[in-house]
Amino acid sequence: MRETLTKTRPPKIIPAELSGADLVTRGPDAKGRFGIYGGRYVPETLMPALMELESAYKAARRDRGFREELSSILRDYVGRPTPITEARRLGEALGGIRVFLKREDLTHTGAHKINNTIGQVLLAKRMGKTRIIAETGAGQHGVATATACALMGLSCEVYMGRKDTVRQVMNVFRMELAGARVIPVDSGTQTLKDAINEAIRDWVTNIRTTHYVIGSVVGPHPYPLMVRDFQSVIGREARAEILKRTGRLPDAIVACVGGGSNAMGIFHAFVPDRGVRLVGVEAAGEGLDTDHHSATLVCGSPGVLHGTMSYLLQDRWGQIKGAHSLAPGLDYPGVGPEHSALKDCGRVRYVAVDDEAALRGFRLLSETEGIIPALESAHAVAHLEELAHVLGPGAIVLLNLSGRGDKDVATVAGILKGRQKT
Amino acid sequence: MNRIDLLFKRLQKAEEAALIPFITAGDPDMATTEALLEELEKAGADLIELGFPFSDPLADGPTIQAASQRSLRGGTTLEDVLDLVARFRTHSQIPIVIMGYYNPILQFGLARFAERAASSGVDGTIIPDLPLEEAGPWMREADAHGIANILFAAPTTPDTRLGRIASKTRGFLYYVSVTGITGGRTELPPDLLEGVRRAKGTTKRPVCVGFGISTPEQVSLLAPAADGIIVGSALIRVMERHIQADDTGYGSGPGLVEEAGAFVRSLKEATRHFQ
Ligand SMILES: Cc1ncc(COP(=O)(O)O)c(C=O)c1O
Repeated sequence: MRETLTKTRPPKIIPAELSGADLVTRGPDAKGRFGIYGGRYVPETLMPALMELESAYKAARRDRGFREELSSILRDYVGRPTPITEARRLGEALGGIRVFLKREDLTHTGAHKINNTIGQVLLAKRMGKTRIIAETGAGQHGVATATACALMGLSCEVYMGRKDTVRQVMNVFRMELAGARVIPVDSGTQTLKDAINEAIRDWVTNIRTTHYVIGSVVGPHPYPLMVRDFQSVIGREARAEILKRTGRLPDAIVACVGGGSNAMGIFHAFVPDRGVRLVGVEAAGEGLDTDHHSATLVCGSPGVLHGTMSYLLQDRWGQIKGAHSLAPGLDYPGVGPEHSALKDCGRVRYVAVDDEAALRGFRLLSETEGIIPALESAHAVAHLEELAHVLGPGAIVLLNLSGRGDKDVATVAGILKGRQKT
Repeated sequence: MNRIDLLFKRLQKAEEAALIPFITAGDPDMATTEALLEELEKAGADLIELGFPFSDPLADGPTIQAASQRSLRGGTTLEDVLDLVARFRTHSQIPIVIMGYYNPILQFGLARFAERAASSGVDGTIIPDLPLEEAGPWMREADAHGIANILFAAPTTPDTRLGRIASKTRGFLYYVSVTGITGGRTELPPDLLEGVRRAKGTTKRPVCVGFGISTPEQVSLLAPAADGIIVGSALIRVMERHIQADDTGYGSGPGLVEEAGAFVRSLKEATRHFQ
């Protein structure tokens, strides 16, 4: 086991009655709280819209027509259910564990993000909204939103940090091809956090016509609930399929955590299965002892950002720190509130994997299985080594392969070529 | 009676609206803010809204975002802002309301902040990301220490909700003039006066209006309807013309304080509506 692969810190102690331990399987309360986390810390202008969204969402969820329309789009357009692939050569390379990959990389547009955007855009249309806005980091959520808008005929604008527009040119072009307008954000750190600020500012201004499609289980209530619901199809499919294939529940489930939507998506169906280990993998960037990482749950502390109470990367004065990861989709100094509750009550273990290890995971999956993972998902792959060590041969591990790596090939090629020269 | 309530009582008799300038503490540096407090009071400000910086001011437009960034660049902390108010309070009785986002207050500690703010002479707080539903814990601390937590109402706020907010706010009700973020606008929404009257109809408390108000003309239009008028971005833009930057950070060039004072004087004159 390499020291740099996975690091954890002792958890901060939060009293059990506040941690939401008993709430986590039941989801948020009426105020959108998972224990002490969640809530709606937004300007008053947005409050009525959030309430309207909440009731529209609840009504849609009860409506058979909505559910049927959603599932037919997921089947015929997104390509669901996605397969589960047993990664045999990878399992051997890891000392004889059995690894099953949930193939969200095979969805239309190449990442789990589309499950959420189809659901939200369908809802927005039902609410009579004519304009969609979104933020994006890696560009995957932006592409998925632009795609859903093209499909359903709504206009779409996507905020993206200036730095990310440079790192992810291909996705900028994909959004534009789908008819969306990409708006580069120059404020603050010019990454995902600032793109969210800008999207919220737009939403406050255009609240009457516009729906804001948030890309992860973050933000004010009802977003963490709604995005989790739209993503939980991943875990429902995976649970049924793995039972069919192996006759039992897996020993562990691994997913990467940026805002936490693919992780919540696969965890949700398994949270009540106490025997199944759930592991969320954050980005340790250049190392947890530097300021260049995105390990919010592993290293952060509770606070309020983007409308929700959750773990954050912040200084002692409550100013939000910049995050860093080679994987732009993990580059966020906050995390979904439900993850904070799941951490405090101990149901999910959160670890962090650094840029180097993620690169090794990226290559390992490519070489052993011919599957190029997104750099985000490669963080989860990198953690398998430790899991294999802990669980031993024969263990069954389910990994959420949240996206495919086409978007990252140029980044990785640049790094590897740079090394050859020196 | 606290300083905010006394102020509005006096102004109601005088038949004028309060002029409430907003500046960010530490923009461009603390020494300038200290001089500005003196100058704004002399220029006729009735109450000062003093912002403290936050890395992610999501209710603010580019002007106040930039002010916040300049202040953070200079390393301004919440502690510094309280110390500044305490120093100013030794020789001034003008009401001061602190404006800023929730997380820095939360990290400072709600009880500790209430105590320190009260002993520094802070009269109230305005926290844009703390709506009624989330304000409970802070309002309890603020009430216990005699600090007025001022709540917002917006054009999108329905009547029943507006009533509930009005009954929970202290000091005054902050009516947001536009559906949007802070920042100067050449035109205010046509239904603004109606909105202010709607807010006034729900409460006996003073109603102050802010967001986007930039000129003496706009102030004199609003003064007969509102109890107070808040001007932020437009004032900061006046200051920006005199802000100097170098490698070490920001500072004020000649004329900044005087011009800010002159601008506030012109705004204040526009509040005297029945003369
Ligand atoms: C492929 C992929 N995986 C994971 C993430 C991280 O987001 P989340 O933690 O919400 O799943 C992203 C974000 O852009 C992504 O594109």
